Amino acid sequence: MIRSLMKSRETILAGAILLLVIGIAIRFPGFVTPSNLANVFNDTAPLIILALGQMVVILTRCIDLSVAANLALTGMVVAMLNMAMPGLPVPVILVLALVLGALMGLVNGLLVWKLDIPPIVVTLGTMTIYRGIIFVISGGEWINAHEMSDAFKAFPREVVLGLPVLSWIAIAVVLGFIILVGRTPLGRAFFAVGGNPHAAVYTGINVGLTQCAAYVLSGALAGLTGYLWVARYAVAYVDIAGGFELEVVAACVIGGISIAGGIGSVGGALLGALFLGIVKNALPVINISPFWQLAISGSAIIIAVTFNATSSRAKGRVILKKAEHAA
Amino acid sequence: MVMLANTQGIADTHPQTGDGTGPVLTLSGISKSFPGVKALSEVSLELFPGEVTALVGENGAGKSTIVKILTGIYQPDEGTISINGTPVSFPTAQDAGRAGVTAIHQETVLFDDLSVAENIFIGHAPKTRFGLIDRKEMLRKAQALLERIGARIDPHVTLKDLGIANKHLVAIARALSIDAKIVIMDEPTASLSHKEIEETYELVERLKAEGKAILFISHKFDEIFRIADRYTVFRDGQMVGTGKIEEVSEQELVKLMVGRSVDQVFPKRAPLLGKEVLKVVGYCHPTEFEDIGFTLRAGEILGFYGLVGAGRSEFMQALFGVTKPSKGAIRIDDTIAVIRDPYEAIRHGIVYVPEDRGKQGAIKGLPIFQNVSLPSLKETSHKGFLRLAEEFKLARDYTQRLDLRAAALDQDIGELSGGNQQKVVIAKWLATKPRVIILDEPTKGIDIGSKAAVHEFMAELAAEGLAVIMVSSEIPEILGMSDRVIVMREGRIAAEYEGDDLTPEHLVRAAAGITEVRS
Repeated sequence: MIRSLMKSRETILAGAILLLVIGIAIRFPGFVTPSNLANVFNDTAPLIILALGQMVVILTRCIDLSVAANLALTGMVVAMLNMAMPGLPVPVILVLALVLGALMGLVNGLLVWKLDIPPIVVTLGTMTIYRGIIFVISGGEWINAHEMSDAFKAFPREVVLGLPVLSWIAIAVVLGFIILVGRTPLGRAFFAVGGNPHAAVYTGINVGLTQCAAYVLSGALAGLTGYLWVARYAVAYVDIAGGFELEVVAACVIGGISIAGGIGSVGGALLGALFLGIVKNALPVINISPFWQLAISGSAIIIAVTFNATSSRAKGRVILKKAEHAA
Repeated sequence: MVMLANTQGIADTHPQTGDGTGPVLTLSGISKSFPGVKALSEVSLELFPGEVTALVGENGAGKSTIVKILTGIYQPDEGTISINGTPVSFPTAQDAGRAGVTAIHQETVLFDDLSVAENIFIGHAPKTRFGLIDRKEMLRKAQALLERIGARIDPHVTLKDLGIANKHLVAIARALSIDAKIVIMDEPTASLSHKEIEETYELVERLKAEGKAILFISHKFDEIFRIADRYTVFRDGQMVGTGKIEEVSEQELVKLMVGRSVDQVFPKRAPLLGKEVLKVVGYCHPTEFEDIGFTLRAGEILGFYGLVGAGRSEFMQALFGVTKPSKGAIRIDDTIAVIRDPYEAIRHGIVYVPEDRGKQGAIKGLPIFQNVSLPSLKETSHKGFLRLAEEFKLARDYTQRLDLRAAALDQDIGELSGGNQQKVVIAKWLATKPRVIILDEPTKGIDIGSKAAVHEFMAELAAEGLAVIMVSSEIPEILGMSDRVIVMREGRIAAEYEGDDLTPEHLVRAAAGITEVRS
């Protein structure tokens, strides 16, 4: 908010999204009707929620590759639970999904914190483990729409004030994160730990604990999204959201979250996710092969990273001069 | 007296040195400036084949800079380098290597995950006729080289499995493998045990016998007098003396190193010492320091002097809770304090301004005011929510006191100069309202103007009743600012001086471990 540099980066991204939407609108005006834009937003909601969780993890110089597997496992567990106990009220399921997801995040966090294992290795491992567990508990079977209770399936689609609950949850998470990241000591600690872990230690911040907290947050959001996903699509199986973790990381990177940690904003992650969501939804509409979608997402990542790298490289030169100066 | 006899003994046993040939390497009129600092000013240096030249000087005298120029890492602004009378230049480190200059650094620059043989021959491995690396030949040659220097190391072994002394040997074997004529040894014994040091000396003798010219950088006077044939003294980027080692005494060397002039002006203070604030008893660490104890009173500036690696920063880190001491106790005011992490230290009123601002102080990416408020968030936030206005006010109050020059407080700290970054880091700690402030090399690498401001401010802090511990390797700063000085050497307190005993000679002697036989 006060970060002027950040702001400009977000403005550029917002401008790019606007241009994209205008370009699509010229070929297909129907895309920009409010109802369609609301649909696109609703479609992008899971990506937005996960990208915010991923953002705090990346801020602390870590990465969470297990989010999609966490999502799928939590989704499967709540779906099986629903099958066994169709009467279980939705709020209980929501709490269970959050807690289960948070626990899986805690496993990541503890491994990174206490055993000092590189985050990419930890979450690559847990990603595979969580996927494996889905297979074990489900025996590889699908849970289909007719096996889920109506209340279970209806919750994310229920329309409140013109938007589905899924969209409202994404909006709530965005607002929550704006406060968490900008207005709480924990949010500040995420930046401090990623910006300079050594200095953070000297300031009395527990680096490992802060990273662990980021993983728990990311995990809880993945769990929540797990229920919403399974309920929305009314199906649960082993490969749900396969590869989605990369899309989540991509949204963060496009949104200007520095993979080196310490730099990023809620607005950036939100815009990054929206960008990918619009590309995904618009291309089929304007008759461009979905294969192009991958190429466009990929180019967006490279452009975003190049942009971030050049802006920080200019800084690097100054720092080097100082280092020489100090020598 | 003892020392004198010793040096003569060495001279007698090594009659082959100083055989009258000219210098193999000559540096003349070398100058090098960095923005705001003149690191070297028209220095000259000569190295002779088969002789060891000791390069002596305080920290910041320009020794590292000359090594970097010799190895092609820095380019001199002026002056010439000549080898056997032919002017040369080293645009890159490879050029220096090709010209026969090699350096063995304090922390050896080798590759931990490669084998010994690969380390020795990296960059110039023997090739088969198809242009591939000839492993057999490489291992054979490595074995021969290691035997030549008397090292019993298996060339197949991965480097990281070797101890520090053996790594040095590998570095030396590497130096020999490229047929170096000039070998630079930058404090090679700094982290070695007694036995390993002896082995290093033997090696130096061997290299001498092979006709290598050796530049030996050391702070330890006993070893300088034991193995060097010549000396060259640097002070403040200038060459202030050179000659044969047998024609100089320790005392003369110390005088040359320290000089007389202290041109910096330090704030005049009339210290008003209050009651005892901090008492440290028997602080020990398994590897870094032992039995550190002292007291500190309000309003006092206590200097910690010592060579790099004497354990000063390590002790301060333990005092601040970054590392854990194995033994020892602290009393703050009248209560015994247990400090297990920096958070507790800050709560007890101890703060630490680290030496390496870039690494341990400033948090780049956070704006100035958030850097300042970071340890005080408890005070500035309300019911778990941050209040940016309060943080801003806190930052403004403390940065104003320090005369911070910044466009705005929401500027990124990375955009500030070194001196101003230092001010932000100090402001951050003052905002926690500490009782004891530890300043580790507070003016290292900052410009003269900022230096004076930091000194001025340190005096003000003490006058306000804060107890200040200042770790510094700069003698003028230590002398100019401290009321009392503790000298550390090899992890222990070597001496403590105050009043008239606070002289440069005393400090240098205590830090280098020269026993006072003559006064």
